[in-house]
Amino acid sequence: MKRLTVPILAAVAAVALIGLLGYGLSARGDDRSLDDAVARNERPAAPSAALPVLGKTVKQSLADMRGKVVVLNFWASWCPPCETEAPALVDLQRRLQRDGTGTVLGVTRDDSTPDSLKKVSEWKINYPSLRDVDNVLAKKFGSKNVPETFVIDAQGRVAALSRGEINRKFLDTAVKAALQ
Amino acid sequence: MSRALVVLTVLTALIAAPPAMAAGKASLIDVEDEVMCVSCEIPLNIAESAQADQQRDFIRAQIDAGKSKEQIKTALVAEYGREVLALPDSEGFGLTAYLVPLALVALLAGGLALLLPRWRRRAPAALAETGEAPELSKAEASRLDEELARYER
Repeated sequence: MKRLTVPILAAVAAVALIGLLGYGLSARGDDRSLDDAVARNERPAAPSAALPVLGKTVKQSLADMRGKVVVLNFWASWCPPCETEAPALVDLQRRLQRDGTGTVLGVTRDDSTPDSLKKVSEWKINYPSLRDVDNVLAKKFGSKNVPETFVIDAQGRVAALSRGEINRKFLDTAVKAALQ
Repeated sequence: MSRALVVLTVLTALIAAPPAMAAGKASLIDVEDEVMCVSCEIPLNIAESAQADQQRDFIRAQIDAGKSKEQIKTALVAEYGREVLALPDSEGFGLTAYLVPLALVALLAGGLALLLPRWRRRAPAALAETGEAPELSKAEASRLDEELARYER
């Protein structure tokens, strides 16, 4: 039995290492739980995190906006599709503000404050943005790229999402559904 | 009088110089090989993307402002998050990056502690079993003779 102690210990260590590697690989995989739930016509609860407002020290969270539709848009100044979709979001913000039904909320990631602020001015962005410096909120939404957009209803649930560039049609349909 | 003025000027300049200047000016090459391109998840010195270029511009601006390498890294973390440093998380699964090497070293040390005494016991036992000393090669035998002769002298 004593002779087997070392091989058994080595085997256990090897299995543990392989298990750890497997877990690590699966943990790094895409989190598609929100996508799957929305695809099943469910409305999963939107995650939240208190993040600093772009260019300010004050923090704000998605939960603070409960009661209104929120169009959450992850963006970055270096991202060409973000620039392409910005006018549609600007128009939507104008409509939501006029009707008092909701707001667009930008979230910058992998971007410096001066670069983001420069694009806010250049793209004439009329909605607030938060800074997700450590990708805290992005990870909760399973977001790995920009742009990504999540339409959240007044109860704080995800009604629609898009992993990529959005257009006016998507926004109109998703916001209409979230308002119902 | 003029010599005293020169000494005074040099001393004033040294005192007024920021710590970064004293420590040597940082360079882009020196910084970019120690940080990550946060969107491409590869070292910045090999990254080619719009985001990587913006990150390099940010570093250049910091260098122009006379910041040291450490100050620049701190500024990068403030703007791009901890991921810019390419260090594993200190919580969750990232913790294993620190714990696994320690566990392996402990396992190795434990294994050696277990095996070494056994090996040491086994060698004399094998000798006792045969009752003979291991045979010496010719070279070893002549070297032993020489050593013994020298000792007897």
